[in-house]
Amino acid sequence: MLDRPMNDRTQLLTPQPSSPLAPAGSSLDLGHSPLGIGAAGAQVRAVHDEFHGDLLEVSMGPHHPSTHGVFRMIVTLDGERIVKLKPVFGYLHRNHEKLGENTSYLGSMPYTDRLDYFTSMTNNWAYAIAVEKLAGQPVPERAEYLRVILAELTRLLNHTCLAGFLMQDCGCSGTPLMYAFREREKILDLFEALSGSRMMCNYQRFGGCRVDASPEWLATARRVSDNYGAFLDEFEALLTGNEIIMARTQGIGTLSSALAVSAGVTGPMLRASGVNYDLRKVDAYGVYPRFEFRIPLGDHGDVYDRYMIRVLEMRESIKILQQAFDGLPAGPIMDPKAKLRGFRPKPGEAYGRIEGPKGEIGFYLISDGSPNPYRYRVRAPSFVNLTILEDMCLGQTVADAVIILGSVDIVLGEVDR
Amino acid sequence: MDSAEQLRDRLLSLFPGAEITLITNPGPAAQHGLLLDHAHARAIAKFLRDDPALQFDQCSNVTGVDWPEKEIVETTKTTEPDPAGGPPKVVEQKTKRIQPGYLEVVYHLYSIALRHGPVILRLHTGNRTDQVTVPSLTPIWRSCEFQEREVFDLFGVFFAGHPDLRRILMWDTFKDHPMRRDYVEPDDYEWEPTPHGVVLEKAKAHFPAPAAVPPPTPAANAQ
Repeated sequence: MLDRPMNDRTQLLTPQPSSPLAPAGSSLDLGHSPLGIGAAGAQVRAVHDEFHGDLLEVSMGPHHPSTHGVFRMIVTLDGERIVKLKPVFGYLHRNHEKLGENTSYLGSMPYTDRLDYFTSMTNNWAYAIAVEKLAGQPVPERAEYLRVILAELTRLLNHTCLAGFLMQDCGCSGTPLMYAFREREKILDLFEALSGSRMMCNYQRFGGCRVDASPEWLATARRVSDNYGAFLDEFEALLTGNEIIMARTQGIGTLSSALAVSAGVTGPMLRASGVNYDLRKVDAYGVYPRFEFRIPLGDHGDVYDRYMIRVLEMRESIKILQQAFDGLPAGPIMDPKAKLRGFRPKPGEAYGRIEGPKGEIGFYLISDGSPNPYRYRVRAPSFVNLTILEDMCLGQTVADAVIILGSVDIVLGEVDR
Repeated sequence: MDSAEQLRDRLLSLFPGAEITLITNPGPAAQHGLLLDHAHARAIAKFLRDDPALQFDQCSNVTGVDWPEKEIVETTKTTEPDPAGGPPKVVEQKTKRIQPGYLEVVYHLYSIALRHGPVILRLHTGNRTDQVTVPSLTPIWRSCEFQEREVFDLFGVFFAGHPDLRRILMWDTFKDHPMRRDYVEPDDYEWEPTPHGVVLEKAKAHFPAPAAVPPPTPAANAQ
């Protein structure tokens, strides 16, 4: 028997007291709001509601293929609509920061490859930049150019794969992902030829790079980057104007620019929401000020914009690559005074960051003068970008949550560290 | 943008009762920090975010640092006149003092609107055992939400006013805080009825006599 009028939906608008069985603030606590304020956060009605039916709590993952790794979302559904979503992760946690504190500065370099295993080159660079800031280490010009070349190749590789994965999440099984992987393989071959490893490159050093690029390698790399535009044309012909993809992704998972800034969202996610902030321009690290490129910005901040921003960024990356190949100077790739083994920076601290393909990847290091860092902290873009996953998914359907997560572009090696 | 000293002086004039200490960074990066007191931390953070000349709208990085208590030996040299009338003797006196340990939370702020930064905010806890609460800045910057949860999880700092303070990387029933410097790893993370091999060697350190009642050990963490 109902104790209120049948059309009374005020219960939907007021936060309900939690079930006595659910510990306060736990993932089972349905009355809990992610913002701490009932009016602004997720609002859910009573779990047992005779008239509207019960809420359904679904645990998506950790072994769900659409979660891009071992990632879990506890989704509370009101019919088809998501009223609450709590991400759960840490399944790959190996306390990377503690490992970094127990090994030497150089010893952490190969570990940074394992953070985001798609973009080991930019992880290396971010770590190298933090250590160079800590020790005041200069870098020769040729090494800076090589770093830019490798970072932009990494960006191509990451964004191509992301587009492929996103389309796979949308349900276009196979084709876009296989096309993306075909191109990725060409870049991974380049990485292997240069550093000896496809994904765990361990290439950057404090004060330069590990090995020099041969003229043959540069010629091959140039050919790959020159041909990339043609591949993007083909890729875009299939996807960008595709009516099904537009219907599926436009207006889904909208993120406002104010929330994106407040939540520390960085990278293509932030620019898709229309915020003009790219560390390549803002911090002007390395030799980026010498290159001409533009920063694509989105209008709506939805899933389609996030896909589109990445495609446009790839076009800009190709431009940067062409300029970098043209301007690559001769010279040493390591600073002759750089010290790798027995490296002991003076006491102090530094926070170094670069624009990784997924966003701002930063390293915070505190040195106490010993060979190991006293504190070694990784500011992982995927981890911080996940903060607003719930806000983007509220009111959407489960199938939308899958593609919203896909558009965030996470790698669990970096989220869990 | 002002330097850290200027910013501190400006904040001190705006928040008269606040204690703001400049923590200098001797390294080449010269990113100096401002240590805030708990009572004014959130008001100062809000001011840094909203002031039109500063507009630190992005809290990029939040992290913890553990500073365990440290024994500091100070040597003082005094000259004492020789009673026999010879040259004065130099006497070295060593005094030991214990610097109390604390946990530190570090916030790196940047401004997306004005493209400057970083300003580094620091908060200290009273000690490492029972006074480990600091005010949460999640109401000011949403990006602190997960990162403060991580500091809580790995360092054991409690954030007063955090909307959802739970463990984030370790599992919910985990007891200790693994990023602390004095964290002792459990013998094994997986329960096994009869420890053997490396685990047995580790376990022997905790269980010297089989008949004695086993004291609480870090191995309890794993359960």
